[in-house]
Amino acid sequence: MQTNPTGLKPKIALANSRVISFHVNGIPRMVDVSPWVSLLDALREHLDLTGTKKGCDHGQCGACTVLCDGKRILSCLTLAVMKEGSEITTIEGLAQDNHLHPLQKAFIKHDAFQCGYCTPGQICSAIGMLSEGKANSRAEVQELMSGNLCRCGANTNIIDAIMEIKNAGGYE
Amino acid sequence: MNNFNYTRAKNIEDAVLSVSQNSDAGFVAGGTNMIDLLKYNLIHVTLLVDVNHITGHQAVTENADGGVRLGAFATNAETAYHPLIEARYPLLSRAILAGASAQIRNMATNGGNLLQRTRCYYFYDPHTPCNKRKPGSGCSAVGGYNRIMSILGTSEDCIAVFPSDMCVALATLDAVVTMQGVDRTRSLPFAEFHRLPGNTPERDNNLQPGEIITSIDLPANGFEKNYSYLKLRDRSSYAFALVSVATGLDLKEGLINEARIALGGVAHKPWRVKGAEDFLAGKPPTPGNFATAAEIIIAGAIGYGHNNFKIELAKRAIVRNCLMALNPESQRPGAHPSL
Repeated sequence: MQTNPTGLKPKIALANSRVISFHVNGIPRMVDVSPWVSLLDALREHLDLTGTKKGCDHGQCGACTVLCDGKRILSCLTLAVMKEGSEITTIEGLAQDNHLHPLQKAFIKHDAFQCGYCTPGQICSAIGMLSEGKANSRAEVQELMSGNLCRCGANTNIIDAIMEIKNAGGYE
Repeated sequence: MNNFNYTRAKNIEDAVLSVSQNSDAGFVAGGTNMIDLLKYNLIHVTLLVDVNHITGHQAVTENADGGVRLGAFATNAETAYHPLIEARYPLLSRAILAGASAQIRNMATNGGNLLQRTRCYYFYDPHTPCNKRKPGSGCSAVGGYNRIMSILGTSEDCIAVFPSDMCVALATLDAVVTMQGVDRTRSLPFAEFHRLPGNTPERDNNLQPGEIITSIDLPANGFEKNYSYLKLRDRSSYAFALVSVATGLDLKEGLINEARIALGGVAHKPWRVKGAEDFLAGKPPTPGNFATAAEIIIAGAIGYGHNNFKIELAKRAIVRNCLMALNPESQRPGAHPSL
């Protein structure tokens, strides 16, 4: 199946499909999706934004975490049609003008990944967590990051990376 | 996931009309359980009615009677972190934050929390008999691998556990659930909302087809001085409870004026025993008295083999949590044990 940059698939008849619009990484996008297409599949398969990862596809691993209107959510347990009109931010939208986001730099500095599969979700989740402002200690950061699993075992370094940014007073 | 149609409801009336006119229609709010069940083909809908854009049920507000109203479509995170809930119902805040993950709490709604389905492995496995999934097919958990299953209020047809943390606190607080259908609005005390399995385990609760939860009301007493939520599980975060306990104590001159204790992870609904709470009234808050209360609460518990450990675990958890309630500041993130 071919995709094109707009996400529209003109020659394929999809049952009940509809064109919906939302902003992804600050850019207005339109996708032609059936109601049962998850936000995760819309991003990956329709918009070719494959940075967001499909891990379990059942809300258990956090690899698909994206920011929706600034809040971290699981794109696998969200239907794309439910997010029409929303502002979605994925890992592809974090770097600005070829400069990595401070959390991306911190993950590299602290060797906070091995295979990297959980990393986009970890970073989006950490951005959401820091903006929530509810974690006041390392233990609370660990607790509030527990929805993102790293099966390589980089968790300690992941928390180190997040704590560096948190202790620096954020990045904005 | 089967094919279905999708519509956004403009208001509650619109939503209940759409769903009540179509027996294969369902509501979707946060979707964290609904969409997962659709993916496993455990539920089939021909129409999904999105209630997220209905206004008027997303707030947490004070009631005239001194209590607080939780909008059914407020998210779990909005509720747990709301200043009114943090200050006056910290037990509820704790219980919500002990459940799921931050991402799921950002999505899941209060109404949806009450309606989540069991996490029984056989319910999720369509290749095995399950009376909850397919009435009359049998229960695979009785005589099967039943480590996470119920020890109280079971029937020969179902030993599934209701997995919510939030609802254990709502049961403790004597919340009231309000729901709306096509032709009426009604309320139920929290204890009457969820059901025991009996011989109709396919029904988790007393919500009627086409009805939707619109609000959950909390009475004025939030037990904010002496409360605790303890959740025991296989890993220290992001796992369902094996046993959880919510305790609210009202102390007066060194004695227990009123005690509330509810258990999660042990039954088809949050488990409260009035006899145990009555026993504690007027007595000093000692380990011995809490242990006697625990015996009253757990009386009649049945182990099914792998879950026998829950009986002793629940007793000890009750005592520990009641002692923690005497010193709520000692609690740590995610309902970790503090004693």
